[in-house]
Amino acid sequence: MDLLRFITAGSVDDGKSTLIGRLLFDTKNILADQMEAIERASKTRNAGEIDLALLTDGLRSEREQGITIDVAYKYFQTPNRKFISIDAPGHIQYTRNMVTGASNADLAIILVDARHGVVEQTRRHSLIASLLGIPHVVVAINKMDLIDYSEDKFLSIAQAYTDLATKLNIKNLTIIPVSALNGDNIVDRSTAMSWYTGETMLSVLENVDARETTNLTDGRFSVQYVIRPQTDELHDYRGYAGRIQSGAFRKGETVAVLPSERYSKIARIELGGQEVEEAYAPQSVTILLEDNIDISRGDMLVPTENLPTLSQDLEALVCWMDDRKELKVGSKYTLQHGTSRTRCSIRSIEYRVDINTYEQLEEVESLKLNDIARIVLRTAQPIAYDSYQTNRTNGGAILIDETSNVTVGACMIE
Amino acid sequence: MSQSLDYLDQLEAEAIYIMREVAGQFERPALLFSGGKDSITLVRLAQKAFAPGKIPFPLVHVDTGHNFPEAIKYRDEMAQQLGAKLVVRYVEDTIKAKGLKEPTGKNASRNWLQTYTLLDTIEEFEFDACIGGARRDEEKARAKERIFSFRDEFGQWDPKRQRPELWNLFNGRIHKGENVRVFPISNWTELDVWAYIQREGIALPSIYFAHERECILRDGHLLANTEVIQKDEYDQIVTRQVRFRTVGDMTCTAAVESSAATLEEVIAEITISRISERGETRIDDQQTEAAMEDRKKGGYF
Repeated sequence: MDLLRFITAGSVDDGKSTLIGRLLFDTKNILADQMEAIERASKTRNAGEIDLALLTDGLRSEREQGITIDVAYKYFQTPNRKFISIDAPGHIQYTRNMVTGASNADLAIILVDARHGVVEQTRRHSLIASLLGIPHVVVAINKMDLIDYSEDKFLSIAQAYTDLATKLNIKNLTIIPVSALNGDNIVDRSTAMSWYTGETMLSVLENVDARETTNLTDGRFSVQYVIRPQTDELHDYRGYAGRIQSGAFRKGETVAVLPSERYSKIARIELGGQEVEEAYAPQSVTILLEDNIDISRGDMLVPTENLPTLSQDLEALVCWMDDRKELKVGSKYTLQHGTSRTRCSIRSIEYRVDINTYEQLEEVESLKLNDIARIVLRTAQPIAYDSYQTNRTNGGAILIDETSNVTVGACMIE
Repeated sequence: MSQSLDYLDQLEAEAIYIMREVAGQFERPALLFSGGKDSITLVRLAQKAFAPGKIPFPLVHVDTGHNFPEAIKYRDEMAQQLGAKLVVRYVEDTIKAKGLKEPTGKNASRNWLQTYTLLDTIEEFEFDACIGGARRDEEKARAKERIFSFRDEFGQWDPKRQRPELWNLFNGRIHKGENVRVFPISNWTELDVWAYIQREGIALPSIYFAHERECILRDGHLLANTEVIQKDEYDQIVTRQVRFRTVGDMTCTAAVESSAATLEEVIAEITISRISERGETRIDDQQTEAAMEDRKKGGYF
């Protein structure tokens, strides 16, 4: 059985949490005591209707305000697949939390209120899904019950969304009319919308390819830790512990060590202490080389015939996440890419993206919380990267503030 | 050439990656070990992460003095077998040293007091990272927590100021005195842990399997009959065939009636159970809607 990670995004009151609640409820993944707790809480807050949204709002202030502030993870399964649902806040001030949730998602569900159609938030959430390279987008036109399950209205919203999507990089798009409240087209096919012949939400979730976010061709391995037992029987053992970020590696293969650009052959690959002939992403393994060369945390092993870009100059789309300080041209940060960390400085801001109109705004001096922009960086040490759109794990990096130590920026290297 | 990884292999690869990030990013990490199934799973993951070397950090146990003796025995045997350094600090000592007032009365538990001992232990050894076995599926405040969960110099969790955690990039940079709680099995469910224990053939403390025990029947819960629990006239003493689904303090961990004597039978029972792990067995979480959130803000793991 495999695993699919999906994010749900939508604006306040679009019914995101209700949708997750509905998915869990209709796939029988809500347990009796959790249901009782929801019933108890529903009684004190609402008119007595069972509020499935109460299942995902975990923090006291979220329950008090009835909104989602931070990403919540929920786990459920059907006979066909395991799921990790990532419930992301929809409000504009929590865009960075949505980016956090989207960074590991294989699929995005974007909710649209059928009464309002495509709105500002829809455009913003779709842009984020596209920038973060989520390969599958499912648009759920929700609250169909409130527009009399009208096919005409659904078609016109679907058309408006399709027009918007052409401006973005969305590989696979599915649009479904649903009512999360009543369960129409979530797990069970809607009887009120017999005109809809496409898939239900669960059917899409169960059938999409869950491996599209993993690059299977370019071998990349970042060294996390060097294992040197230094015991009598393992005196010369020197194993490089790390996770295969993308592609695969075989025993006997010649590899380049970056950034030092030295070469060696793979002598042995170990998985959980056992020798294997080959290993592939996203396995965590230990690699031993034939030659004794200086390798430490932050170095990368790659096949000699398929090299990443090795450079100190890079361009990236950045989502700025600091609410206390702005990003300014000339500022210095620590860039964490894979297992390496190096200082970097911001050379220039090429443009800022208007997250609602997708326009590129030039002559930008600084970036505020939740701004998305294209920047040029210079790093102190060369880094070995791929473009984010072809290799998510080797094209993503974070910026760390050197005084507060907080993660302040998410970079998608071009 | 690549195959699709089974979900359990994916979860294992992720957890091992996180363990190695801890070893790579921190100077003085520790693994919080209680003798429960989640921390036993962590130990196996750490063994695999650093094989053929030893686990490069000590195991730390905050002993409330109310633990099941079976779990303590298991803890000591495991540490010896691994050749790992085991640090045990006692809540009893903290109570005496600090003159803390112990909660009294029915359902009194040292759960909250553990936090003081944990924070003191972190200070004593200058631990900069503590690996714990918490899972997001356990409880709704935990569902919101990052894998690298930053704690300030007072050990506090601030749910509104969590660091963004993107892709598989974990930011463990801290100032002296602060620390990070790390949860490698955040994305595992209870059933995933059991399935992994079965697949790996890991031995568990005997209390996880059905056995005959004298219990206190209180508000529908079965508690182990021990002198650390204050009893009153409403409590009934009964002998039942039980097993424990979680292993916390005897004062706040309830047993379930069961005849499941093997791992297969336990998994079969949990699979069809319609009650969550904490709902069934953790009395401490049922006190208020935000019990766990409040404990975490105070420094609890």
